[in-house]
Amino acid sequence: MSVLSIWLLFFAVGFGTFTLRFLFIYLFGKIEMPDWLPRALRFVPAAALAALVFPALTHPTGNLDISLHNFRLLAGLGGALVAWKTRNVLFTILAGMLLLWALEVAFGM
Amino acid sequence: MNKDFVAGVRGSLPILIGVIPFAMISGVAAVSVGLTFFEAMGMSVVVFAGASQLAVFQLMSAGSPWIIMVLTAWIINLRFTMYSATLAPHLQKLSNWRKALLAYMLSDQAFGVSMSRFVSAEDKIDHRWYYFGTALTIWVTWQISALIGALLGPLVPASWGFDFAFPLSFMALMFTALRDRPTVIAALAGGFVAVLAKGLPYNLGLVLAISIGIAAGYWVENLKKQEAAA
Repeated sequence: MSVLSIWLLFFAVGFGTFTLRFLFIYLFGKIEMPDWLPRALRFVPAAALAALVFPALTHPTGNLDISLHNFRLLAGLGGALVAWKTRNVLFTILAGMLLLWALEVAFGM
Repeated sequence: MNKDFVAGVRGSLPILIGVIPFAMISGVAAVSVGLTFFEAMGMSVVVFAGASQLAVFQLMSAGSPWIIMVLTAWIINLRFTMYSATLAPHLQKLSNWRKALLAYMLSDQAFGVSMSRFVSAEDKIDHRWYYFGTALTIWVTWQISALIGALLGPLVPASWGFDFAFPLSFMALMFTALRDRPTVIAALAGGFVAVLAKGLPYNLGLVLAISIGIAAGYWVENLKKQEAAA
């Protein structure tokens, strides 16, 4: 990516994010949030995060690989267990990375 | 110093244990995908939303198009509209500039700490000052930690496969978002559609998957409501 497109990316993301943060604080008393909107928005984190996680594990090199040779899938499943039990970003990263390295050392080329 | 501001600073201290490592990871991650130190810190200040920044890094390392990165980050940050609407009654009678400043500093943690205090406390604190105390403490801590991460980033060798830290961190965040059956359905639908639609051009599968996940959760919740009413 060029330096210009990187900074345009930051400002596009930043301006959009600021608008989402500011919108209803600014509009308070002027307009009400429609009833269905918060009920739909509630599902954004779960759906978006899962959509980022699943393909990163099943397509480690860009192609579908559901086998015991896919160490990222195996390490990811281990990390999922830690994520489920601790809900802690740091512990999940440590467990998943250690598992990936261990698999690569034990069974990798 | 204003005592309600100080109360907000104090109220946010326990949550910093979670903020510091997450911000440091985001700093390391920025450098690991090839951003310079200045770019990493520029993004941290301009965007200031960790999960969406990490999503952009994951897409960057996969070579996704610009517009997909922007759309994905916006979608992940849609949750701020909920926080904004919930906090709005507490942040009134301020100039638009001050509202804009408070809005810019809005984070998951500032929202969580402030609202738990506003809901439970009977005392007469000024909610605007309290929120400002929490939001500013978290913002400053985030930026310092991200800066340390961006400085440490070059020390992490590429052979460590640090890009695997992205899905791992999303996984931890995902489990905190799973609260009931409809949210689990939303995650499963989003995740499986993302896998099936991985081959779509321009990484459009991601946006499609998130939309279907949201629709699935909404639909299941409506079904539950209808059952309860029947």
